[in-house]
Amino acid sequence: MSDAGRMHHDMGGRDAGPVDQGGHSHPEWEKRVDALMMLLSNNKRRLIGVDELRRGIEELGAENYSKMTYYERWVSSITHNLLEKGIISSDELGRKMAEVEDAARAGGEKD
Amino acid sequence: MTMRSEDSVLDHYQAMELAVSALMIDKGYFTEADMVAEIDAMAKRTPDIGAAVVARAWTDPDFKARLLADGTAACESIDLDMGPTRLMVVESTETVHNVIVCTLCSCFPRMLMGIPPDWYKSKEYRSRVVREPRVVLKEFGTEPGADVDVRVHDNSADMRYLVLPRRPEGTDGMSQDELAKLVTRDAMIGVKIVEAP
Amino acid sequence: MARFAPGDNVTVRRAFPPGHVRTPYYIRGKTGSIAHVLDSFANPEELAFGRNGLPKRPLYRVRFAQSRVWADYSGPAGDTIDVELYEHWLESEEIT
Repeated sequence: MSDAGRMHHDMGGRDAGPVDQGGHSHPEWEKRVDALMMLLSNNKRRLIGVDELRRGIEELGAENYSKMTYYERWVSSITHNLLEKGIISSDELGRKMAEVEDAARAGGEKD
Repeated sequence: MTMRSEDSVLDHYQAMELAVSALMIDKGYFTEADMVAEIDAMAKRTPDIGAAVVARAWTDPDFKARLLADGTAACESIDLDMGPTRLMVVESTETVHNVIVCTLCSCFPRMLMGIPPDWYKSKEYRSRVVREPRVVLKEFGTEPGADVDVRVHDNSADMRYLVLPRRPEGTDGMSQDELAKLVTRDAMIGVKIVEAP
Repeated sequence: MARFAPGDNVTVRRAFPPGHVRTPYYIRGKTGSIAHVLDSFANPEELAFGRNGLPKRPLYRVRFAQSRVWADYSGPAGDTIDVELYEHWLESEEIT
């Protein structure tokens, strides 16, 4: 199998090492990402479909997909989809991210 | 591993989530209370829900038949909230051992089981369990015999899969609640069997 | 109206388009049989780009012998893999 035409997320049958059966505790921000995804995609709002969210992750590309954690990929896809749809703009996102970081710096270390 | 800009105390992606959520709240798409309610609802979804379904199927042949025919309808009939989930329950027997994976992402029956374990979402599991399921099962301590067919299910599209594991020996006369306590998340994924008490 | 019925032999098309495709790479070009006719669903390949994915397409569970999927499969002959596949990815396998 030459793997030409295989997208990075499409992993079935690849060579890989042993399965690490350990878990990690689920910090608050990861729960918020799950909640955000549910709120955006549920029947009440249908702002972004789950297929659009999956496609957003697949489009991150092989290197990003490998480097990023599961939740980093999800929050990136959510954000890119919202930007693509014009629901938020890069400008307001940039300003809000700076504001959030300033607040964290002022308030001490965040979880 | 975290990514921080030079003097930031917040991880880049954490800041992104907080900013996106704040903007969406400012714009009136949802409220912080909605976010909290969703987190609370997610916390209540644990494998205990699936375990109770399994225990009922073990003790109620009519329910079991309905569960195998239409998983969503059967669960809704016992007042479980299935949301948009289209559930397919696959029964492990003396001759068939089922195991579930989503090779393309991390599809999982969350309404019955909560969030999937990290290993289920890992490249190692997603890559290998379709191609060498018995080797992966052995890593989990599970070794179906050569006379048992190992049947892998790849959640590639719209259904969500749950394994109805075999009821272990020595459980006659146990109540549904007692039986449910034996059923683990990993047995409902199919990487483990349900151990006898 | 679903084109295939349980027991029909089908082959997965050997095509490798970019886009959001829910047909796993490892199963393309392989031959199996219909285990279950599922419901019809909007096409995820279209939904992924914000389109409505209509008309809905029939979805099947197709069962493959592992020995026919992997050249080096080391388990017993009865081991199988079930994959959910959309009708437009399946072709009838002619029995000669």
